Amino acid sequence: MRTHRWVRSFAVSLYFILALDHITASTGAGEEVGRLITFDGVTKRYADGTVAVDDLDLEIPTGRITVLVGPSGCGKTTTLRMINRMVDPTDGVVAIDGTDVRSKNPPELRRGIGYVIQQAGLFPHRTILNNIATVPYLLGWDKKKARARARELMDSVGLDPAMASRYPYQLSGGQQQRVGVARALAADPPIMLMDEPFSAVDPIVRKSLQDEFLRLQAELQKTIVFVTHDIDEAIKLGHKIAVFQVGGKLAQYSTPDELLAGPKDGFVADFLGGERGLKRLRFFRELDAEEAAARSGDAGGPGPDGGPGADEKAGEGDTTGGSDDSPVGGR
Amino acid sequence: MALVDGEPLIRWNWVADHLQDFVDLTGEHLFLSLAPVVLGLLISIPLGVASIRWSWLYPPVFAGANLLYAIPSLALFMLMLDLTGLNSRWTAIVPLTGYTLAVLVPNVVDGLRQVPASVRQAATAMGFGTWRRLIQVELPIAVPVIMAGLRVATVSSISLVSVAVLVGQGGLGQLFTDGAQREFPTPIIAGIVLTIILAFAADLALVTAQRLLTPWARSRKGTA
Repeated sequence: MRTHRWVRSFAVSLYFILALDHITASTGAGEEVGRLITFDGVTKRYADGTVAVDDLDLEIPTGRITVLVGPSGCGKTTTLRMINRMVDPTDGVVAIDGTDVRSKNPPELRRGIGYVIQQAGLFPHRTILNNIATVPYLLGWDKKKARARARELMDSVGLDPAMASRYPYQLSGGQQQRVGVARALAADPPIMLMDEPFSAVDPIVRKSLQDEFLRLQAELQKTIVFVTHDIDEAIKLGHKIAVFQVGGKLAQYSTPDELLAGPKDGFVADFLGGERGLKRLRFFRELDAEEAAARSGDAGGPGPDGGPGADEKAGEGDTTGGSDDSPVGGR
Repeated sequence: MALVDGEPLIRWNWVADHLQDFVDLTGEHLFLSLAPVVLGLLISIPLGVASIRWSWLYPPVFAGANLLYAIPSLALFMLMLDLTGLNSRWTAIVPLTGYTLAVLVPNVVDGLRQVPASVRQAATAMGFGTWRRLIQVELPIAVPVIMAGLRVATVSSISLVSVAVLVGQGGLGQLFTDGAQREFPTPIIAGIVLTIILAFAADLALVTAQRLLTPWARSRKGTA
């Protein structure tokens, strides 16, 4: 049984190493576009016997947004944290580009992976600029270069340059979350992990953060793993969606379109909620809007695509906004 | 102490004649009260950090520091006398250091405990190692709470030093014994006033230091 798993993970690793070689050879450039993350027979069992993640096989594509969605206690956050070794699996292998993440020491691994959390988790004692420059400092960048990079990022996430010398307590929740995103992007990591990054802000701010996040991602093409409990957010942001159910089982893994068109079982259908047809329509309409925006050249920000659909979505998000996997609740 | 008839509460000419003594005694008093605070802080930080890391350690550490505080200061000074002798400043400094622990250890622990879990998590996820996170993130965030303890420890230390005059130390405390022995109130009044001024000045210095050290904590209303 164990040898079988080893052989399998070895084969998978080999395959990806070769595949990556092929990709880099064919693009001809050494530039990092993104990284492939694979879960191979991954189980996380805690000391008290709780199984947070149960025999998970998952392949997260490069340069795309993959959303892990599910109710509280479904193991989505645990899954996310196994990528940067905030949690180590009990069984199975989590690999990045075929390399087991456990072959790297955690701090070093983590400096190469962006991380954004719900409460932003900004360092209250550091200015906004220094918060953003955290990872570059850790990596030993020259101070000037780190600060220049932080300024650049403030601009990309839409923060007023005047905020550079302020402290986190002087910012609104939405602004703090932007700083959180900028901080995660600072060292230009190929992978970003985002744990309910927009759940703690009000619905209107959330929508604008989501829109800008999509715009930014269209430019950056990072490999993003995004955790949420909000199915509408999952459909809006994800190229692929992994629906988890309580007990850490992966219920379905498909594109938003496939998910809406054909939920695999009753749990997924229930989780998607009513008005699936409506959601699907809205999904296509937003796709169209995105494409239109892309065609008209970066018109600068999201178009007025809100309408009644957005309001309804906002209302839903609000009612679920409080629940959360993490022990620190909302304020 | 009964006042002698006709003796005024304060004789200004005596005060004027002894200004240099006041300066010397104040300096001595300041040293004897601040050295224990500094030593106490140096001991409290590792003790507090260890108490957080190994939580079983905190109850005995906390109880120990509290028990130390319960020992009457005079008794402790007398005990020290056997170890360090009449002419050593350590006779005053060691017991006073022990007293500061009762305030400082809990404050270091509380300060570290109130670092938000999200901040600690974010630091870990950014790639801080355990020590680096402690020094660059957790301790700086604990500074306001530690400073609050430092203020209490400093003021109480300034007031306690006077007792050490009975073991040959005590800074401004010498004015009290002097006044009492000669039934002469002026030095006693001067000693009280100077002690209070010293306590105020030290506290003000600490508040100022805190403001400079933690600009980020000023008017922290609802850290969203």
